[in-house]
Amino acid sequence: MRTLTYVQAIREAHAQLLARDPRVFVIGQGLWSPWYAGGSMQGLETEFGRDRLLDSPVSENATTGLAIGAAISGMHPIVFHPRMDFMLLAVDPVVNQAANWSYIFGGRTKAPVVIRAVVNRGGEQGAQHAQALQAMFMHVPGLKVVMPATPHDAKGLLIAAVNDGGPVLYIDDRWLYNEAGEVPEDFYSVPIGEAARRRSGRDLTIVATSVMVKECLRAAESLAERGIECEVIDLRSIKPWDERCVIESASKTGRLLVADAAWRTCGVAAEIAATVAEKAFCRLRGPIVRVTLPDAPAPSSRSLEQAYFIDATYVISAAESMLGAREE
Amino acid sequence: MPDSALPIFLLKRMYRTMVLIRRFEEQVADRVTAGEIKTPCHLYIGQEAIATGACLALEREDYVWGGHRSHGHYLAKGGDPNTLMAEIYGKAAGCAGGRGGSMHICAPEVGLLGTVPLVAATIPLAAGAALASKMRRDRRVSVAFFGDGATEEGHFHETINLAALYRLPVLFVCENNLYASHMHILERRIADNIAEAGAAHGVPATVVDGNDVLVVYEATRAATERARQGLGPSLIECSTYRWRGHVGPSWDMDVGLKRKDELQEWLARDPIARLAEVLIGRGVGREELENVDRECLAVVEAAVKFAQDSPYPDPGEVLAHVL
Ligand SMILES: Cc1ncc(C[n+]2csc(CCOP(=O)(O)OP(=O)(O)O)c2C)c(N)n1
Ligand SMILES: [Mg+2]
Repeated sequence: MRTLTYVQAIREAHAQLLARDPRVFVIGQGLWSPWYAGGSMQGLETEFGRDRLLDSPVSENATTGLAIGAAISGMHPIVFHPRMDFMLLAVDPVVNQAANWSYIFGGRTKAPVVIRAVVNRGGEQGAQHAQALQAMFMHVPGLKVVMPATPHDAKGLLIAAVNDGGPVLYIDDRWLYNEAGEVPEDFYSVPIGEAARRRSGRDLTIVATSVMVKECLRAAESLAERGIECEVIDLRSIKPWDERCVIESASKTGRLLVADAAWRTCGVAAEIAATVAEKAFCRLRGPIVRVTLPDAPAPSSRSLEQAYFIDATYVISAAESMLGAREE
Repeated sequence: MPDSALPIFLLKRMYRTMVLIRRFEEQVADRVTAGEIKTPCHLYIGQEAIATGACLALEREDYVWGGHRSHGHYLAKGGDPNTLMAEIYGKAAGCAGGRGGSMHICAPEVGLLGTVPLVAATIPLAAGAALASKMRRDRRVSVAFFGDGATEEGHFHETINLAALYRLPVLFVCENNLYASHMHILERRIADNIAEAGAAHGVPATVVDGNDVLVVYEATRAATERARQGLGPSLIECSTYRWRGHVGPSWDMDVGLKRKDELQEWLARDPIARLAEVLIGRGVGREELENVDRECLAVVEAAVKFAQDSPYPDPGEVLAHVL
C-alpha cells in the first residue's frame, strides 16, 4: 500500500473533504503561510480558493465562534489552531456553546464543527508553546476528542470528525508529522471511540495516546528483548474511549500502564486508571501506573526540557518496576 | 526629523539605548545562525525607536509589559543585558532562571513585570497594574507594548474600554509593523486604522512615526502626564517595520515580493541613522557616535561571554517555582 507521512495524511484528508463536500471550509491562522501549519495545509489555498480556506486575523475566539455558528446553520467547518495553547482564547464558544448545543435545544439543532488543535512543543519554546490540554476537553460532555497517532488514523479520524454530526476536537502532534505509514488513497473513516491494538502481549497492557504510542512501541520492543511481552493499545479517541478494549486487555495481562504526554493531575491517564480500577480491580495483579508529564509548565532551557519531557525510557523503567524486573 | 529642544544628554541616552538594542539583536541573530541559541527569537531590529522613546519617557518605577518581541523593551527599560542573554541561552543565571527563554522575560527590578508570547495577553495585565497603582495612589504609569496583530484580539477592545471607564493610568503602545507573522495588515482588517479604536472608547489616540525616537518620546511624555493627572489611558500607535523575519535571523523574503520593495523603503528610515543626524546637527562628533557603537558592542559581547560561561539550570529543579 502507499506510504504517506502523518502530515501528508492530514493534508490529504482536508483535500478530499474539501473536494467532496461544499459544506466543508477551514478557518484559522496560518492557512496561507508557507510554514505555519507545518505543511499540513500546503497548497490547499490555491487548490480550493481563499474563500474556503480563510487565513484569519489573530482572533481565536471570534473565528471559533464563527465556525460554530456556520456549523449550526448547516456547514461543516474545520477551525484550525496552529497551537493548542492559542485555543485557550476560544474555549467559551467550544465549551459553553458547541458542546452544549444539541442538549440545550433538545437535539433540534447541532453544531457539527471540527476544532483542530496542534500540540507543538519542545525546541526551547517554553510554557506557552507546549501545552497538551486534551484532559480539559475530555472533561466536557457533548464534545468528542480524538488524538491520532499514525498517518492512517490522522486521515481517517479527520474525515470521521467532519462527518460526525457533533463537535469534535481533533488534536494532532507536531512530533508525529514525519512519521510514515500506510495510508489508503480512498476516502475512509476511522470510527471514533475505537482503540487499536498495536502489539499483543501477555505480561503488561500499555495504553497510550498520540505521540506516546510511538514511544510505547519502542519501549515494548526493548522490553521484549528482556522477555517482557507488552500489549500496546493506541487509544486514538479519548472521548469516548474504548473501555471494552482496555478492560479486556488489562484483565488478560493483569497489569496496566497508561502513558499520556500531558499533565498528570486529572489527566487522560487518571481517567483510564480510575475506570479500570472501578470495573476490573479484581483482575489486576498490581497497582496501575501512569507515565505522564510532571505537573509543571514546560520549561525553556534544554537541560530542563530534558528532565521534563517523557519518552520510551520512562515507559521502560515504569514497566520494569511493575514487573519487578529492574535488575536481572 | 524635526529639530528637538530636548537636552543633548537625553538624545545621547536615546542613541546609546537604540544602538545597544541593535547590537544585541544582531548578536542574537548571529548566535542563532551559529546554532548556539535554540529558543525562538523574534528580533526587534528596525523598531528600536519605540521601546527607547517610550521607556526613556518613563520613571524607573513605572511598569512595562511586552510580548514575544520584547528584547528591546527589556533593554530600554534598563534590564541587565547579561541576564537577558543568559536567559536566551537557557542558562540558570538568566532573568527567568532558564524557564522562559526569549519569549518569557522579566526584569521586575526595573519595572518590566513580564513579557509573554500569547498575543495580546499582557494588554489587560498592564491595565490591571494601572488599576493597582490607582488604588494605591502611587502615581505609577503602566505601559503595554503590543503589535498590530494584538489589536485583533478581544483582549485589546475589552481592555481599552475598561481602562477608559476606570480612568486607568495605562498607555497602550501599539507597534504597527504592518505584519502579523506572514499576514499583511490589509489581509487582516479593512483599513490600516487601528488608532480609530481609541475614539470609540473615548481613549485619546495618536499615530506617530515609530522610527522617530523623538516623537515617540514626546507622545509618551504627554500620555504619561495625562495618566499621572488621573485623566486616564492613551493609545499611541507607532508606525514601523521589522527588518528581519517574523522569527529568527532571516530577512523573511518568503512572505511575498511586495516585502522586498517595502524593506528597502524602511531601511532608508533607519531610526538610529536618523537620530545620528540630529545629534550631528547639534554638534556631536561622528567619533563620539562611533565610540558609543564600540561600547555597546563590548557590552553585548560581554553578555554573550557571560551567557556562554554560565551553567545550565539543574535538571533536578524542573519542579521549582510551580506554586
Ligand atoms: C493568542 C495567540 N495567537 C496566535 C499566536 C501566534 N503568533 C505569534 S506572533 C503572531 C503575530 C503577532 O503580530 P503582531 O501582534 O503584529 O506582532 P509582531 O510579531 O508584528 O511584533 C502570532 C499570530 C500567539 N502567539 N498567540
Ligand atoms: Mg506586527
